[in-house]
Amino acid sequence: MNTRLSTRLSNWFGYASPATFYPLAGKMIPWFWALAAVFGILGLYISFFVAPTDAQQGEGYRIIFIHVPASWMSMFIYLVMAFWAALGLGFNTRLSGMMATSLAPTGALMAFLSLWTGALWGKPMWGTWWVWDARLTSELILFFLYIGFIALQSAIDDPRRADKAGAVLALVGVVNIPIIYFSVKWWNTLHQGASVSLTRSPSMAQTMLLGMLLMALAFWMYAIAVSLTRVRAIILERERHAGWVEELSEVQS
Amino acid sequence: MSAPAGQRPAGSTLGVPQEGAANSTERAQSANTRHPLPREGGRGDGGLANEPSLLAALSAVIRRDLLLAMRRKSDVLTTLFFFIIVVSLFPLGIGPEMAMLRQIAPGVLWVAALLATMLSLNRLFAADHADGTLEQMALSAVPLGVLVTGKVIAHWLLSGLPLALLAPVLGLQFDLASGSLAVLVVSLLIGTPVLSLIGAVGAALTLGVRGGGVLVSLLVLPLYVPVLIFGAGAVEADLTGLGATAHLSLLAAFLALAAFFGPWATTVALRIALE
Repeated sequence: MNTRLSTRLSNWFGYASPATFYPLAGKMIPWFWALAAVFGILGLYISFFVAPTDAQQGEGYRIIFIHVPASWMSMFIYLVMAFWAALGLGFNTRLSGMMATSLAPTGALMAFLSLWTGALWGKPMWGTWWVWDARLTSELILFFLYIGFIALQSAIDDPRRADKAGAVLALVGVVNIPIIYFSVKWWNTLHQGASVSLTRSPSMAQTMLLGMLLMALAFWMYAIAVSLTRVRAIILERERHAGWVEELSEVQS
Repeated sequence: MSAPAGQRPAGSTLGVPQEGAANSTERAQSANTRHPLPREGGRGDGGLANEPSLLAALSAVIRRDLLLAMRRKSDVLTTLFFFIIVVSLFPLGIGPEMAMLRQIAPGVLWVAALLATMLSLNRLFAADHADGTLEQMALSAVPLGVLVTGKVIAHWLLSGLPLALLAPVLGLQFDLASGSLAVLVVSLLIGTPVLSLIGAVGAALTLGVRGGGVLVSLLVLPLYVPVLIFGAGAVEADLTGLGATAHLSLLAAFLALAAFFGPWATTVALRIALE
């Protein structure tokens, strides 16, 4: 076998082994927590003290600093999950499946937060908790997709099969998400249900945008930190019979 | 009456290796039995016998599943009666005003069709998985995707097609006009194959998994949303005087997409389940 190719591949795939990734993740987690805290504090400060009060919506609009980052993350995490799923199916790496598994609850949480804060915002602004708007409906379906993924994985006892089955589901879902989004959108325009349009947003003040971006970064860092923590737990659980796990100081104590 | 397990026409029609080792005179009699020998074995007429094998295998699977269903009619009929009962419950719950019923008819009929298809999904692979036929299919020389396609077609013939044929009778209960009834049938004819194709992926993923029946609904129903929207939308567009062509074209586009990707994803999922 070509040695140069194999060393290059092993560089790439070196951290695909749970045994090497476990300590690396342990080193990365505090950094991501720190970044999440820094961005979060900055973002919250800007969104609550610096950003001006909205002319039409008053102070109530400030929930978008949670709502929009949560929606972004819910969609982004599904894509990342599908990416790991594809990698796991393609290269048969164990860690990819574990990453997808560890991302799913955070993604579901983000989707739920997005729906919840959207409802809280909708009640004073639109006068209703829920409208069958295209975005709301597709976010709800995204939440269902996350729940389906988690349910499927938890129903299968064999972790390898759970990973692969989940990967197929995630990929089928990711193909379907645009279809679902546009279906719901066209359905909505045909019905002319919601008179409120989210797309016609007025040009946003610079500080508002900055606050939102900082909060999005904070959410992003939080998601990475949490899913790395979760993947470490999954690694320990699945590799508990391996020698390297028994040599870990936290396991021995 | 249900046949004993040994009489399930599994290997004979599919030509899996053990069964297929029959003598070559039988091969001429049954066109759908694949040539069991490797390709080098038959160069002349053997090549001819090998050539139609994909289509032959496809029709063999369809015929086999239909035959199995005919021997156990209750499975098919249960789904149909579920459809009828669910649809008939809505007027009881909502009230008998015809204007209202006409308005909700497309949605009710389509949601009921969705649920009925979903309920019948677990019989798609479960029996074959239980008695090992599925593993033989995975091992056979015919690509598993072709066999899966055959099973999905058979599933549609047993669930989607009867629903589509039954729907106009139920639509009459909802006071739909004949034009709308025709659109309803066409939309179901185009849409229910998509339901079977997507459902097959879910059925394959939950094969042999505990709580599979409920789980498959959780996986599959969100993916059914586009079909529901445009299926019911077609009838509604017809009711409101807009043409249903756009909706039906989109449904057909979904069918094309699902027909291409569905069997492939199902095959991957089946191989995972059989590992």
